[in-house]
Amino acid sequence: MSSQQSAVRSYVDFYATGIRTQILTQFQYRVAMYMYTLGMVTEPVIYLVVWRTIARQHGGAINGVGAGQIAAYYIVWTLVRTFNVVFTPFGWEERIREGQFSSQLLRPLHPVHYDMAWFAGHKIPWLVMYAPIAVALSLVFHPTLDPRAIEVVVFIVAIWGAYVIRSLNHFVLGMLTLLTTRATSIFQIWFLSELLLSGRLVPLTFMPEWSQSIAAWLPFKWTFYFPIEALVGSMSTHTLLTGLLWQCLWTLIGSALVWGSFRIAVKHYSAVGN
Amino acid sequence: MIKLAWTYVRLGVLNEMQYRANFFVAIVQSLLGVAVAIAVLALVYSKTNALDGWSQSELLVVLGVQILLGGVIHATIQPNMERLTQEVQDGKLDFALVKPADSQLLISLRELRLWQLVDVISGAVVIAVGVSRLQTSVGAGHAFAFLALLLIGASLLYCFWLVLATGSFWVVNMWFLSDLFEGIYQVGRWPIGVYPGWLRYSMTYLVPIGFAVTVPAQAMTHRLAWTTVALAVGFAVVVFFVTRWFWRFGLRRYSGASA
Repeated sequence: MSSQQSAVRSYVDFYATGIRTQILTQFQYRVAMYMYTLGMVTEPVIYLVVWRTIARQHGGAINGVGAGQIAAYYIVWTLVRTFNVVFTPFGWEERIREGQFSSQLLRPLHPVHYDMAWFAGHKIPWLVMYAPIAVALSLVFHPTLDPRAIEVVVFIVAIWGAYVIRSLNHFVLGMLTLLTTRATSIFQIWFLSELLLSGRLVPLTFMPEWSQSIAAWLPFKWTFYFPIEALVGSMSTHTLLTGLLWQCLWTLIGSALVWGSFRIAVKHYSAVGN
Repeated sequence: MIKLAWTYVRLGVLNEMQYRANFFVAIVQSLLGVAVAIAVLALVYSKTNALDGWSQSELLVVLGVQILLGGVIHATIQPNMERLTQEVQDGKLDFALVKPADSQLLISLRELRLWQLVDVISGAVVIAVGVSRLQTSVGAGHAFAFLALLLIGASLLYCFWLVLATGSFWVVNMWFLSDLFEGIYQVGRWPIGVYPGWLRYSMTYLVPIGFAVTVPAQAMTHRLAWTTVALAVGFAVVVFFVTRWFWRFGLRRYSGASA
């Protein structure tokens, strides 16, 4: 076996073990997970109710999107949101303050892999917990959802793509904590931009043209809007596959930024801890 | 009791004054939050003239109340409750319980994040803008009712937080608490009447966001019925005593975990 094959095998083993460990761990905190999921589900339910109310006031549709489609958008949104949970950049402050980052630097793999394996492992228990919530939401809000096979396949790939892109972006943001003590304001700007330009707040087609143009040049829409629309919307096969390519591009950009920002940040780091 | 509360407030202020730069961070964050919330309102009202009968100016008042109360929660209630759950997990709550003062009072006063009160100012400004754009003027009676209902709303939200935090005596790992509350609290951005019945009732009586946010906003927008005020007062009294009982019930279960 070549050294390259051996390295790939090590990464696969590492991720498989990390994911397995987290699945077992998270199932032990079922109440905590349910409560967290409940908090997360509230956000889309609010948007869904507001936009459905407006749609009903205007003959059942907004910009040609019916109440059933709006319901489908936000119910699928909850699933995508669950998959999009990654290590928060706000958490880096504690890592540095508590000296945890020092020990992370001693490990053999890049720190981003530990976070990605850890949160990837969360997805399976969350999915199990989320399923009854999705059923309940569907019974209450009657979504219109009739995806083709290709849409389902692209959706499954896209939610993992979204997870990877968001993990990488948040890692880069987290590195700012090592460069400035006022990183939280930058994080806030990032999250508010994401809220407006990702399709998280509303389907991007509800937004003004100029903001849709801005969104096209940023990574946000590939972590929310694209996976959701892949399942809910009526994209052509070409658009679906192009979307996956865009996700690949943002993954490459994110990986390069992780590599560069980590090198810069570590040079500025002075250890804290016992 | 008041002397003790005042001492903790002074300590909290002195502590926060050490980190004055955080004041500017809080201002930036508050302004960004308000800007996005107003952008969302503008987006919604670009598609409609009224949401469940509420005009854009009236919704500004609702938004302002939600931001203002959010500031109160983030500055005073949430930090104390987070500390409580953490101390139950670490077994450090014993240090508070052995002190010669009421335990509920103590655990509710120990933390103050002064700079979060910036949101109180932001919320007040948003309310003022909303009210100034209303067709009708607001009299002294409405303003008094508004302030009284705000106080009731804050106490209801405190009770809700304490009930959640008391849950840490049973569910030790309560890391989800802030996320859960933040998610649910977003319901207050919109008038409670917008939501379907099951959500409206649960967000009024189970999680008292309807009473805390929509009802004070009703006072400023001439939508308030005196029966609602009476209901809010009665409900707040009941919730306060039930919360107090639940806290003591939870305490009896706590066995400590320190060495």
